[in-house]
Amino acid sequence: MTATLNLLVVVCLGYVAFLFLVAFAAERAALRGRGGWLRSPIVYTLSLSIYCTAWTFYGAVGYAARSGLEFLTIYLGPTIVMVGWWWGLRKLVRIGRTQRVTSVADLISSRYGKSTLLAVFVTLIAVIGTTPYIALQLQSVTASFASIAQADPNAAPLEDTRQIALSVAVGLALFTILFGTRNLDANERHHGVVMAIAVEAVVKLFALMAVGVFVVWGLGGGVGATLARIDASALDHWQVDGTRWAGLTFLSAAAFLTLPRMFQVLVVENDDEQHLRTASWAFPVYLLLISLFVVPIAVVGLEIMPAGANPDQFVLTVPLAQGQDTLAMLSFLGGFSSATSMVIVAAIALATMVSNHIVMPIWLNLTGGGAVMSGDVRNVVIMARRVSIAGVLGLGYVYYQMSGGGAALAAIGLVSFAGVAQFLPALMGGIFWRGATRVGALVGLSLGFVLWVWCLLLPSFGAGVVIPEAVMAQGPLGIGWLRPQALFGIEGIDPLVHAIFWSMLFNTGGFIVASLLSFPTPLERLQGAQFVNVFQHSARPQNWAGGTAQSEDLMVMAQRILGPGEAQALFQDEAQRQGLVGYLPEPTPDFLALLEREMSGSVGAATAHAMVGQIMGAATVSVEDLLAVADETAQMMEYSSQLETKSEELARTARQLRAANEKLTQISVQKDAFLSQISHELRTPMTSIRAFSEILRDGGALDPEAQAKYAGIIHDEAIRLTRLLDDLLDLSVLENGQVNLNIRTGVLAEVIDHAVAATGVEHGPLKLHRRRANEEVMLETDMDRLAQVFINLIANAQKYCDAEAPELTIAVGSRDGQLLVDFIDNGSGIPRQAQSVVFEKFSRVSDQKAGGAGLGLAICREIMARLDGTISYLPGQSGAAFRVTLPLAQRLAAQ
Amino acid sequence: MGKHVLVIEDEPNIIEAISFILSRDGWTVDTHSNGHDAVDVVLSKTPDLVILDVMLPGRSGYDILTDLRERPETAGLPVLMLTARGQNKDREMAERLGASRFMTKPFSNADVLEALRELVPA
Repeated sequence: MTATLNLLVVVCLGYVAFLFLVAFAAERAALRGRGGWLRSPIVYTLSLSIYCTAWTFYGAVGYAARSGLEFLTIYLGPTIVMVGWWWGLRKLVRIGRTQRVTSVADLISSRYGKSTLLAVFVTLIAVIGTTPYIALQLQSVTASFASIAQADPNAAPLEDTRQIALSVAVGLALFTILFGTRNLDANERHHGVVMAIAVEAVVKLFALMAVGVFVVWGLGGGVGATLARIDASALDHWQVDGTRWAGLTFLSAAAFLTLPRMFQVLVVENDDEQHLRTASWAFPVYLLLISLFVVPIAVVGLEIMPAGANPDQFVLTVPLAQGQDTLAMLSFLGGFSSATSMVIVAAIALATMVSNHIVMPIWLNLTGGGAVMSGDVRNVVIMARRVSIAGVLGLGYVYYQMSGGGAALAAIGLVSFAGVAQFLPALMGGIFWRGATRVGALVGLSLGFVLWVWCLLLPSFGAGVVIPEAVMAQGPLGIGWLRPQALFGIEGIDPLVHAIFWSMLFNTGGFIVASLLSFPTPLERLQGAQFVNVFQHSARPQNWAGGTAQSEDLMVMAQRILGPGEAQALFQDEAQRQGLVGYLPEPTPDFLALLEREMSGSVGAATAHAMVGQIMGAATVSVEDLLAVADETAQMMEYSSQLETKSEELARTARQLRAANEKLTQISVQKDAFLSQISHELRTPMTSIRAFSEILRDGGALDPEAQAKYAGIIHDEAIRLTRLLDDLLDLSVLENGQVNLNIRTGVLAEVIDHAVAATGVEHGPLKLHRRRANEEVMLETDMDRLAQVFINLIANAQKYCDAEAPELTIAVGSRDGQLLVDFIDNGSGIPRQAQSVVFEKFSRVSDQKAGGAGLGLAICREIMARLDGTISYLPGQSGAAFRVTLPLAQRLAAQ
Repeated sequence: MGKHVLVIEDEPNIIEAISFILSRDGWTVDTHSNGHDAVDVVLSKTPDLVILDVMLPGRSGYDILTDLRERPETAGLPVLMLTARGQNKDREMAERLGASRFMTKPFSNADVLEALRELVPA
C-alpha cells in the first residue's frame, strides 16, 4: 500500500492547480479575442456534463446495486429532452439570449412582468433545493477520502471527516470566487470556468471508463463472462416499477431544464444556438458512455466486496481492494471532478440569483438608490456575488453536518430534483402560453413548493427528525388525509412518486387556473408576447407568403408614402419583370419585401412592415410592431422638434446678422458723410488760398492795396485750415477717450473771465450780463477744458446772435446736486428742427458764413461727457440758450 | 461789353477770387450767394454762362441745375459746376444732371478761364 493520504492530498492540490491553469489560460485567450476554440460545440456539450455529478459517478453504481436498472431513468430524462425536444431548448436559448437572461429566476421574473416577488421566490426555492445537492457533493468527496484512508494502514484513522468536508468547501468557494466573479459580464459568461468543467468532464468520463474496463476485462473475464455474471446476479430479477420509472424519467427531464446549474450552462453560457445541434446527439452519447459500465461495476463489486461494503463507493473501493492504486487515484480524481464542477457552477448560478434578486435590491433600498449614480455599484455587485458564493457553500456544509452524511446519495439527489422541478410549469407555460400570468406562476410555485417540502424534503431527514413520527403516521393534528406520504388518503404509492405527483398536479393546476382567472399587466402582456413569439420577432424580415393579392391597395398606400411617380415606376417595373401588362404586379413575397424596404426609407422599418401586413391581412400587428411604430414616431417627433429649435436658432442668428449689417451700413454711411464733410471743409479754404496765390504769382497790374488784401485772405484761410485740423484732432482724441484731464481746483468766475477775455467780447458789439456773486463757486475739474466749452458758447453768440443790439446772459444756479451754467442770448434762437442736430459734427444752423467748421458744439459735448457733466440746448428761451451742468459733488463751498 | 457770367457761390473769398480773375479776362461778372432764389436770378439776369457751387445754403447746386435744365429758356445754358466734395459720385451726378463742365476745388485759375472760353466761344 503506497497510496498514502498525503499523496492523495498532493494529487488533489496538483489537480486543482491544473484546473486553475486551464481556467486562467481560457480567460486570457478569451480576453485577447483568441477564444474561438473555447467555444466549440464540443466544449458546450462537455460543459453540459455537470449534470453528471458525484451522484452519477459514485451513486449510480450504488443505485444499480440497490434498485437495478432504475438508475437509467436519471439518464433517460435528459436524453429524451436533448434528442426529442431540442427545438424547445432552442427557444429557451433564444429567449435567454434576446432577453439577456442571467438565471432561471431572472427568466421567470422577466417573463411575468419583471416581478421581484417571483424572482425572490424562485431564488429561495433554488437555494433550498440545491443546498442538499451541494451537501451531497461534499459528502461524496469526504467519503472517497475516507475510503482511501481506510485502505491505508500507515495512516492514522480519520478523526474527523468533517474537517475534510470543511476544507473542500472552503477550497471550492475560493476557486468559484476567483473564476466566477472575475468580471461582471452583462451576459454572465465565464469562459475560464466553462473550460475547466469541460476538462473535468473528460477526466470523469475517462476515470469511470477506466474502472469499467478494468472491472470487465481485469476482473470479470471479458464481455461474455461479465454478461453471464450479470445474468446470474440478483440485479436481473428486480422488478421494473412502471410508475416509478415514468415518474423518475419525468423528474430527471424536468430537472435537466430547471436545475440552476443546468440552466447556467445550457442557456446563460451558450454562445451559439447551433451548438445545440451538436449537443443534441453528443450529450446523449456522453451519457451512454458514462452509464455503460455502471451495471458491471455494481455486479462485480457486489460479488467481490465483503458484505456490508457501501456500494456507493464501489468505483473507488473495487480498484483499491485489487491493489490498483493508480486506478484508484484516477477514480478518485474522476469523483473529485464530478463533485467540484457541479459545486462551482451551482454556486455561480445561485450566487447570481441571490445577489441580483435578494442582496442588491435590499442594498439599493438601504442606500436609497443614490449609489446607482455613483460608480461603486459594480464593486457592490461583485462583493455580493462573493458573499453569496461563500454563503451557498456554507449552507451546503451546514446541511452536510446536520444530515450526518448518512443518507444514500441517490435519495438526496432526487429530493433536489423534485424541488427544482417545481419551476417547470411556470417556465414552460411562460414560453409557450401567452395567457400565463404572474399570479398563476406565484400560485403554482407556492402550491408545488409547499407540497414538496411537506411530502419530500422534511420526511427526507428521516421520520422523527423534523416531522414527528406521529405526524408521519397519523397526519398533523390527527388529520389523516394530510399525512406527508399519503395525501388525501391515497396510500401505497412510492413516496417519491407520491410527492412528484401531488406537487406537480397542484403546481400545474394552480398555475393554469390562476392564470385564467387573473389579468396580466401590460408589461406582462408585452413580455409574454416577446417570449412566446421569440422566433417571429428575432428573425426579420418576415415573408408574407400566402397573403391574398391586393395589389391595388398596396399601390394606393405606396403612392401616399413614396409619391405617385416613384410608386408607379416601382410597380410598373415589377409588373414588367413578372411579364404582366399594366401597372399592377402580383404581390409576390419578393415584391412585398422590396416594397417594405422602399417604404421603410420614408416611414421606418416597423411602420412599413405593419402597413404592408395590414393590407395583406397575413398577420395581425403584434404588440412589438406597435411599440416599434410608437418608437419611430417618437423619434420623428423628437427629430422634428430638434429641427424646429434649430430653425428658430437660425432665424434668431439671421435677425442678429441683419441688425449688425444695418448698423455697419449706417456706420459706413456716416463715415462717408463725415469724409465728404471734411473734404469740403478742407477744400474750401484751400480754394481761396490757391486762387489768390496764383493771382499774386502771376503779378500783372495789381495795385498794392489789393495785393495786401489778397495776402491777408491767404493768411486768414491758412489759419482757418489749421484751426479746423486742430478741432478734428481734438474731437478724435475726445471721442476715443484718450484725453488727459488736468483736474485742478479753481473758482467758476475765473474760468468765465478767462473765456470772456479769450473771445474779446469787450471789444465787440455783444453785451454781456453776469452776476459775479453767483459765480464764486469752487470747482475741481479741468479748468482749461471747461474754459474751452465756455469760449465756444460765447463765440457762437458773437457769430450767430442776430439781434440788433446783441446781448448774452450768463446765469449760474444749482438743482438736484448739479451746478448749472446757462448761456442765453437775445437773438432769434435755433429753429426747433435744428435743435436736435446742433451737437452733431459739421452741423450748421444758419445760412450765414461764420467761419466755423461745425465742430465746436460737437467738441463741447465730448468735453462735458469727459468732465461727468452735460451740455444741452435749452428751449423756450427768447434767444439761443445752452445749459452746461457739472456734478455738485465736485463743487466746494466758496470762500 | 464782354460775355456775361453769373457766379453762384456762398464763400465770400472764393467769390472775390473768381470775380477778379474773370473781370481781368474781360467778363462781365454777377454774383449771387444763396441757393433758394438762384434760379430766379439766372432767369432775370440771363447770363451767357453760370458758375454753380454744389453746397449752397438754401438749395443744393444739383437741384438748381435740374431746375435750369427743365426750363426751355435755360435748357441749353452752359453751366460750370464747382464742388469741394471731390468724389467720383459727385462728378457722375453732375454729368447726369446735364452740367456742361465739372471742376473740383481748389482749381487752377488758368483751367477755369480755359473752360469758360470753350463753353462760350468769343
